[in-house]
Amino acid sequence: MASSTTVGAHDHPRGLRRFLFSTNHKDIGTLYILLGSIGGVIGFLLSLAMRLELAYPGVQIFPGLAEFLHGADPSMALDAGKNLYNVFITVHGVLMIFFMAMPILIGGFGNWFVPIMIGAPDMAFPRLNNISFWLLFSSLVLAVISMFVEGAPGMKGFGGGWTFYPPLSSNTGSPGPAMDFVILALHLAGASSILGAINFITTIFNMRAPGMTLHKMPLFVWSILVTAFLLLLVLPVLAGCVTMLLTDRNFGTMFYDPAGGGDPLLFQHLLWFFGHPEVYIVILPGFGIISQVVSTFSKKPVFGYLGMAYAMVCIGVLGSIVWAHHMYTVGMSLNAQRYFTLATMVIAVPTGIKIFSWIATMWGGSISFRAPMVWAIGFIFVFTMGGITGVVLANASADKQFHEGYYVVAHFHYTLSLGAVFALYAGFYYWFPKMSGYMYSETLAKANFWLLFIGVNIVFFPQHFLGLGGMPRRYIDYPDAYALWNVVSSFGMIFVTLSLVVWFYAIIDAFMKKRLAGANPWGVGATTLEWTLSSPPPFHQFEVLPRISGSGR
Amino acid sequence: MFNVNRQMLTRGALAAAVAIPATFFASVALAQAEGQPVPGGLGLPNMVTPVGLGTQQLYNMVLMPIISFIALFVLGLLIYVCYRFNEQANPIPSKLTHNTPLEIIWTLIPVLILLFISVPSLRLLAQQVEVPEASVTIKVTGNQWYWSYKYPEDQGGGFGFDQMMKPESELQPGELRLLAVDNEALVPVNEVIAVHITSNDVIHAFGVPSFGVRMDAIPGRLNQTWFKIEKEGVYYGQCFFICGKDHAYMPIAIRAVSREKYNEWLAQSKQKFAGAGARVRIAADSR
Repeated sequence: MASSTTVGAHDHPRGLRRFLFSTNHKDIGTLYILLGSIGGVIGFLLSLAMRLELAYPGVQIFPGLAEFLHGADPSMALDAGKNLYNVFITVHGVLMIFFMAMPILIGGFGNWFVPIMIGAPDMAFPRLNNISFWLLFSSLVLAVISMFVEGAPGMKGFGGGWTFYPPLSSNTGSPGPAMDFVILALHLAGASSILGAINFITTIFNMRAPGMTLHKMPLFVWSILVTAFLLLLVLPVLAGCVTMLLTDRNFGTMFYDPAGGGDPLLFQHLLWFFGHPEVYIVILPGFGIISQVVSTFSKKPVFGYLGMAYAMVCIGVLGSIVWAHHMYTVGMSLNAQRYFTLATMVIAVPTGIKIFSWIATMWGGSISFRAPMVWAIGFIFVFTMGGITGVVLANASADKQFHEGYYVVAHFHYTLSLGAVFALYAGFYYWFPKMSGYMYSETLAKANFWLLFIGVNIVFFPQHFLGLGGMPRRYIDYPDAYALWNVVSSFGMIFVTLSLVVWFYAIIDAFMKKRLAGANPWGVGATTLEWTLSSPPPFHQFEVLPRISGSGR
Repeated sequence: MFNVNRQMLTRGALAAAVAIPATFFASVALAQAEGQPVPGGLGLPNMVTPVGLGTQQLYNMVLMPIISFIALFVLGLLIYVCYRFNEQANPIPSKLTHNTPLEIIWTLIPVLILLFISVPSLRLLAQQVEVPEASVTIKVTGNQWYWSYKYPEDQGGGFGFDQMMKPESELQPGELRLLAVDNEALVPVNEVIAVHITSNDVIHAFGVPSFGVRMDAIPGRLNQTWFKIEKEGVYYGQCFFICGKDHAYMPIAIRAVSREKYNEWLAQSKQKFAGAGARVRIAADSR
């Protein structure tokens, strides 16, 4: 080990060079986590503005915001405000998916821990790893710029929802360059993710330490493997889909324009062929994290390891053949709707296997309620809540009552805003001591949990009632009857905001107090390879490959 | 079923009156409940069509009880596990990692539950999609940001009109903000109405919650749906697909009346909308 540090010393750049030109998987992982945090904070601020606007019937906040952000003329401020609201919902969706959840879960935790967990010194293609990150950064810049250039006639930004359906996103609805910026942002984000996926697949298939067979890999690595395959399969479809939109907008093609023989539904099919697997791309790494955390703090190996691994493979495969359940109201044939209903419902089976296996892992365990475990238990509950409303929405018949309404908003925020984010926090508090070397305050981490848990439930649970009552989504103003639950929902944002403040404070506190975490702060339950290294790990680890013997998890 | 809804309605109205300045809700809470959102409502609206009633039954009798049970079951298991197997209660963890019968059970039981759900669900789906023989056909076209209606000539119509939201300044007492319109679309009660839906510009969606109907209006496509209103009254809907800045400001209002009144209205409307001129954009003229 002593000789290896001297050999590695020459490629340990400092300062700006260390991060700009980084080829080290841990540094790139840190960059991804920072980028994801910035994206998440901007996305959160957008949602805060939306909830403030919806806290009372009528339009109050956004005209002023439009004057402030875009310098809209006060006489036009109302229209500019309505447009800005739509821009906010669009950018909120894009940021939270592409620039918060994916960077932190896949780029951040994936980069940091996949090589370590399989006993590899680094990713297979370190330079590819670097360009993946900087492409994503450029993409974020383009996405933010799109908010400040012309979209709809006389309006700034693209406000058509994160699904970008034409004709609203074509020259009919937004002739200005804002949508072109969004398309190019998607191209770059897509290229970044494809390169990242290639890197992960190559690393996992070729760089496992001796004895680390596929069936011994930790479930987090399995989850990243399945995610990487999904990314590789569906992102090219998104790229094609938005490229056709780009040529429709700029080069006179008619792929999505019925006037020239095209069909707007073609876009929807292509988008959702990417978009539905995308939601599993966001949640699968979360599943992996929860498996590690539950097993560590129950001090038990994961229950039904093979079932858990192949349930994720199964979810990945099924998730790729159910896309049109987002399109039950477009006028599909009866048989198509029957197929998509049944296929979608089947996903509940592997998902149920995962939920029950986590509980069975805890069963008979000796559970210590450290912060990551509390987040994981919270995840299991809120994800179940989101899953069961998913079973409701899988039914084409019931969906006709809920489509594009607040029931759907509640559903996908329970799976993503609560599910994926809780998994993200579980992972953050699980690995923060390993990544930084310092222990955070347990009290602050739990305060963060309770504030967010209470907050998001107050925000999103009443939205089920709004959806049942018939409130459409993406509305800046609503009939007065929907006021009560909107007020309650907005009230919950107070707790969510506080939880973010506590989170930042917990990080600052950890770096200020410098409580050393030690190699393994979690005890006997933490059996994966990252806990055999120092905290933080050496700049290059496993220069002598570890040998894996016995049974894996 | 109806008792439950009425109970929810009262409870919702009470909650609303407590939580929000009462004046704000007074007009709405006293107004009739059908066809419009219920203040502080907790459940589905009162349904007035066979498809709507089917949806209500599917959700309230099948889906809602099942998902509530599953949520409580998982919550119960979590609480029990945390109580029984925490560090203090169970210091030595077991090494149990497999139980094949248990794994088969928790795979099979969900399958059975899903099969149980799918039977009524697919039956309702067929009822929604297969349009029965209709006595009245209307064509609805989405525009940025209003709806156009066309009543065909061979059914006593031959006119079309636009339906615009009434701005707040023009509301009469009792009319609902964001829902009241200038021209309500009339249809006869207890008759099958087929609706053809398309759009002139971007995608919109025609949705009326108390009918259980939601259908996208897509340029270049003619979608079809149907409803049979079993109770006279006015029913409000809204645009259910984001269509630009005034997405929230293009409500739908459909009034169900007796056949006689409907015929009267047809005759009057032919006069009224014949001279409406340029403002009337008849759906057939569009692409």
